[in-house]
Amino acid sequence: MASMLLNTMWSGSVRPSRAVWLGARSLSMTAQLQAQVQTKSKKTLARPGVKNIVLVEGVRTPFLLSGTTYADLMPHDLARAALQGLLHRTGLPKDAVDYIIYGTVIQEVKTSNVAREAALGAGFSDKIPAHTVTMACISSNQAMTSAVGLIAAGQCDSVVAGGVEFMSDVPIRHSRKMRKTMLSLNRAKTLGQRLSLIGSIRLAHLSPELPAVAEFSTAETMGHSADRLAAAFGVSRIEQDEFAVRSHTLAKQAQDAGLLQDVISFKVPGRDIVSKDNGIRPSSMEQMGKLKPAFVKPHGTVTAANSSFLTDGASAALIMSEEKALAMGYKPKAYLRDFVYVSQDPKDQLLLGPTYGTPKVLERAGLTMSDIDVFEFHEAFAGQIMANMKALDSDWFGQTYLGRKSKVGAPPMEKFNLWGGSLSLGHPFGATGCRLVTTVAHRLQKEGGQYGLVAACAAGGQGHAMVIEAYPQ
Amino acid sequence: MLARTHVSYELKDDVAVIRLNDPTAKVNTLTWQLQSELMAVMEEIWANGAVKGAVLISSKPGNFLAGADIKIIQSANSSEEATGFSRQVQKQLEKFEKSPIPIVAAIHGLCLGGGLELAIACQYRIATKSKNTFLGTPEVKLGLLPGLGGTQRLPKLVGLPEALDMMLTGRNISADRAKKMGLVHQLVDPLGPGTKPAEERTIEYLEEVAVGVAKGIANKQVPLTKEKSLMQKLQDTVMGLGQVRKMIYKTASEKVQKQTKGLYPAPVKIIESVKTGLEHGTKAGYLAESENFGKLTVTSEANALIGLYHGQVTCKKNHFGTPEKDVKRLAILGAGLMGAGIAQVSVHKGLTAILKDTTEESISRGHEQVYKSLNTKVKKRALTSFERDVTMSNLSVQLDYSGFQSADIVIEAVSEDINIKHKVLKEVEAIISPHCIFASNTSTLPIKDIAAASKHPEKVIGMHYFSPVDKMPLLEIITTDETSKDTLASAVSVGLKQGKVIIVVRDSPGFYANRCIFQTMAEAIILLQEGAGPKKLDSLMTSFGYPIGPVSLSDEVGLDIAAHVAENLTKAFGVEGGHSAHTILSDLSERGFKGRKSGKGIYLYEDGTKDRSVNPEAEEILKKYKVAAPPAVSSDSDRQYRVVSRFVNEAVLCLQEGILRNPVEGDIGAVFGCGFPPFHGGPFRFVDSMGAERLVSIMRRFEDVYGNRFTPCQLLLDHAQDPSKKFH
Repeated sequence: MASMLLNTMWSGSVRPSRAVWLGARSLSMTAQLQAQVQTKSKKTLARPGVKNIVLVEGVRTPFLLSGTTYADLMPHDLARAALQGLLHRTGLPKDAVDYIIYGTVIQEVKTSNVAREAALGAGFSDKIPAHTVTMACISSNQAMTSAVGLIAAGQCDSVVAGGVEFMSDVPIRHSRKMRKTMLSLNRAKTLGQRLSLIGSIRLAHLSPELPAVAEFSTAETMGHSADRLAAAFGVSRIEQDEFAVRSHTLAKQAQDAGLLQDVISFKVPGRDIVSKDNGIRPSSMEQMGKLKPAFVKPHGTVTAANSSFLTDGASAALIMSEEKALAMGYKPKAYLRDFVYVSQDPKDQLLLGPTYGTPKVLERAGLTMSDIDVFEFHEAFAGQIMANMKALDSDWFGQTYLGRKSKVGAPPMEKFNLWGGSLSLGHPFGATGCRLVTTVAHRLQKEGGQYGLVAACAAGGQGHAMVIEAYPQ
Repeated sequence: MLARTHVSYELKDDVAVIRLNDPTAKVNTLTWQLQSELMAVMEEIWANGAVKGAVLISSKPGNFLAGADIKIIQSANSSEEATGFSRQVQKQLEKFEKSPIPIVAAIHGLCLGGGLELAIACQYRIATKSKNTFLGTPEVKLGLLPGLGGTQRLPKLVGLPEALDMMLTGRNISADRAKKMGLVHQLVDPLGPGTKPAEERTIEYLEEVAVGVAKGIANKQVPLTKEKSLMQKLQDTVMGLGQVRKMIYKTASEKVQKQTKGLYPAPVKIIESVKTGLEHGTKAGYLAESENFGKLTVTSEANALIGLYHGQVTCKKNHFGTPEKDVKRLAILGAGLMGAGIAQVSVHKGLTAILKDTTEESISRGHEQVYKSLNTKVKKRALTSFERDVTMSNLSVQLDYSGFQSADIVIEAVSEDINIKHKVLKEVEAIISPHCIFASNTSTLPIKDIAAASKHPEKVIGMHYFSPVDKMPLLEIITTDETSKDTLASAVSVGLKQGKVIIVVRDSPGFYANRCIFQTMAEAIILLQEGAGPKKLDSLMTSFGYPIGPVSLSDEVGLDIAAHVAENLTKAFGVEGGHSAHTILSDLSERGFKGRKSGKGIYLYEDGTKDRSVNPEAEEILKKYKVAAPPAVSSDSDRQYRVVSRFVNEAVLCLQEGILRNPVEGDIGAVFGCGFPPFHGGPFRFVDSMGAERLVSIMRRFEDVYGNRFTPCQLLLDHAQDPSKKFH
C-alpha cells in the first residue's frame, strides 16, 4: 500500500500540487467512509464517574531548521510566541488558567524553568504557577498528561501544556577541569593563591564540553542506535528513503492545502513574519540515494535525509475539563483518553517505544488496532518507523517481547501520518508531542474518524502512547 | 563424492557464501575434515567462472574458528609429521592468499590460532564489535607457534612490533583494537533483537555486509588497501631499516629471556621464524616456521602446557550436577581483602552480594576496593561508567544481618579463629533460610571443625579463594563427609559464575594447595637458616620456573598469616626437628615485619622503588636461628630440588590419601594456586616426565641427611618401582 501511495505521489509530483492533493483527498475520503461503516469496539471511551478531559486548542510556532530565522532568540522567546498564539486564538483571559507546564530537553541554564519565564513574558497573570518537565522527545507529552492528571485529580480545571526546543543555541560548557579552577578562584583569598590557580591553567583546560548527543547510559548516539535497529529488523535503505520521501511529500501537500492549522504566524524581532515550517523538502529517490550513511560507516542505512533534523520550535495546548470548557463557551476539539508510558532496553530497543506503547494503550482503552482511524507516530528516523512497523507486525517479537500470543499488527499506511511527520515538519524535541496530539484532533475533524492514536519514542529507551477521541461535531 | 558435513556454500548473486560448521562440536576448530572440505569447496568455487567473490563465515554463534584442532598436534608421532601438517596447510593458505577472486572473512566470536591464520590469508576481514569477538594467536600459551603462516603474514599486516607482541604474549585482541591495528578492515555492530533473536540476526547482518563488500571488491568499488597515513609511512620506512629490525629482535629476545628464564622454547622459535622470513625471504620463512612448529610439538613444555589447557577446561565444568536452586544472592562475612575480593568477582559477573563487617571503616574499605577495581576498568575503557554503576548497585555493604534471610549462600571470610568462625556460623544460621549454604573461606582450619557448630553440617562447605581474588584463577572447594551433594553442586556453580577454575578436595588440614605450599615454605625457612640468603633463594626458585620466589611469596601473603598457617599445619602434621617455620615466622611478624602490607618483611618495601633490599633487622633475627648447611645437599640444584621435591611428594601424598580426586586437579591446583612452574604442567606431570625413580633417588639422598621429611610417600614409591605407572 505504501508503495502504491508513493507511486501516486510520484506520478503526481510533476503535476500542479493541487492535483496531487486531490489524489490524497480522495484517499482520506475513503478512510472517512470506512470509519462510518466499521463497527467500533466501543462507541465512546467515556466512563461513568471519570471526568472528561478535552483539548480545547493546540498551536505551534512554525518549526524551523535550527540556525535559520530563530537563530538569535532564546528558548523562552519561542515558548512565549506559542503561548501568545494560543491566547490569541482562544481569546482566553490571561488569568483564566490554573497552571502552566512546559516540556523541554536541552535546557538553557538561564531559564531552567522555561515554563515560568515564558508565561510571565507572554503576559499571563503572575499568580499562575508554572513548571518545566523533561522526558526527552516525549517531554511535551509528559506536560500534557501532567495536565490531564491535575484535572482528573480535581486540582485544576484548566491547564496550558506545551513544549519548546531551541537548537540554534545550546549550552557549551568549560571543561570540568576549568570549571573546578574557576570555582576555586572564587574562593581564593590571597593574590598568591589566585595567581597560582591561574598559573595552573593548561591548554587542556580550554577544550569545551558540548552537550552530549549520545545516550548517557550506553554512550551510543541515537542515529547509530537507529541504524542498528533498522538493521536488526532488516529495514533496507530504499524502504527508509521511500518513507522519508513520503513524509516530505505528504507534509508539502498538507502545507499547501492549508491543513496545518496549528501553525501560528510569528513576527520574529528584527526579522520577517514566519508562518511556515521550512524543513519540508520533497526530493527524488535518486537524490536521496546519493547521500552517504551518517552514523554507521560505510555500510549503514541511516542518512541525514532519512532522519529528522535539528529544529527550533514551540507548541502550546489548552486542556480543560469538559465542563469548564463548555462553561467558558469553547467547542472542544477532542477528548484526551487513555495514555501510557513505557520503557525498555536503552541499547538495543532505544526507539521501540511505539511498539511497546501501542498494544498497551489499546488494551487499557479496550480498543483494537482496527478501531483507530488516525495514527500519528513520531518520526525520529525513517528506519525507526519502519522497524516499529515490522516489530508490530512480527509474531516472534510479539511473543518474545510483548508477552502476547501473536503480533499486534502494523498500522495501515493509509491512516498513518498523512500530514507529514517529524522527518519533514521538523522535530523540536520538547515540542513535538503537542503537535502530534493536535494533529490527531485536527485529522479526526477533517477525516471524520472517531479514535486517534499518538505514539512516540524517546531517548533513554522510553515511549508514550495516547488514545484521542473525536469530540462530537 | 562424500557428503560434506563441516563446510557448505551457497551462491548469493555472484558471491559464494562459505559456511563453517563442525556438527560434532560446539566450537569450530581446524580439523582434518573441516580443512579438506574447505579446500574442496574452494576448488569448486575457483573453478566456477561465474563466482566473483567469496565470504567465509561461521554458522556457530560464538566463534569463527577457535584454532587448529589440538588433537592433530597431539597425535603427531614425530616432529616431521607435525612439520608436514604445517607445510600442507601453509600451501593451502597460500592458495587463499593468491585467490583470483576476493575472499572476505566475516568474523563473529573467537578467531584464534589457526582461525586467525586462515582469516589473514583472506583478502579482507570484517569483524563484529561484539564483546565476544576476539582475535589472537594463543599458540605460545600451548608452547607452540603459529605454524600455518602466521609468523610470516602477521608482521606484514600489523607491523613487526605488534606482530611480535601478539605472538609472544598470545593475548586476545578485541575487535576495536584489531581495527586500529589494521588486523581487520571493517567492523560491524552487533544488533539487538528484530524479528528473530539478536545473535542470529547479527550473524545474518554480518553476512549481508560481507557479501556487499565482496561485490564491492570484485567491481573495484571497495579498495583493498587504505591510503597510508603519514605516521604509517614513517613507521614503514623505519621498519625498512635492517638495523631497526635488528634492535627489535634483540629487545624482544631479551624480554623473553628475562621473563621465561630460558625455560620456554616457543617464544625463541617465534622470533626466529619471524626473523628468517623478514631477513631471508618468505620461502625461507615458511620453511623455518614449519620446522620450528614441528620441533615445538614434541617438546615436554608443549606437552605440559597442552595438558594444563585440557585440565583447565575440565576444571571449568560442573561435574556435580545442577543445583536444586540457582544461586544468585551471596552474603559475605568480613570485608577484608578476601571478603571484598570475593564480592568483587561476584558482582562483576552479575551476582548480587551483601558484604558485612563489624566496623564502618572495614565496610568502607571493602566498598572502595570493589569500586576501585571497577573504576580502573572504566579508566582503561574496558567498562563504561554506567556499567560500573549498575554493577555496584548489586553490592550492599552493611553492619547488620539484614537481607541475609534471602541469601542463597553465605561465605565467611572472618579471622582465622575457630571461636569467631563458630560465633558467626551460629549467628548466621539463626537468620538464613533452610536452602542457604554456609561456606568458609578458611585457609587452614578443617571444615569439619567449623561444621561441628552447625545445625546443618550438610550445608557447610569450604571455598578457599586465593589472594588477590580477582587475579588468582583457582578456587579450592572442600567437602567434609557430611557435605551434601547439592551443597557441593551449588558451591561449584557459584565458583564457575565467578569465573574460577575449580578443584574439589576432601577436608584435611591445609586442604591441598596450602598443604603443598607449607612444605615449600618450611623448606625455604630451613634454607634461610642454612644461610641461603633471601635473594639468592628467590632467584634459585624463579630460575626453576616459579613466578615468584618463596621468600617474596611469604612477604606478599603476609608473614603473620604464613605463621598462622604454619602453626596450624605444624600442629596437624608434627614438627621435624629444630626450630619450626612457625616459630621463626611468628618471631618476625611479632617484630612488626609482616611483609609488604607493613612495609617491612624479610624484604624492605619502599614506595617508588621496584628494587627491594633485604631487611637487615629480619636478617638479624634469621641469624639467631642459624644452622650449618650440610655440603652434601647444598648445591644450587639440591636446594631447588629440596623445595620442589617436598612440594611434589606432598601433592602425591594428597592423591594417595584421597584428598585429591585425580592428578588433573592436582596439577591445576598446583599451577594456578601455588605457582608451580607451568611448563612442568604440575607436580604429577612433573613426576611423569622426570621419572618417579629419579625423583625418589634424589629424595633418598636428602633423606640420608635430614631424615623423614624427605621420605617419599608410598604412591611415589609405587611409581618408582614400576616405570609403566603414569599419572597422566
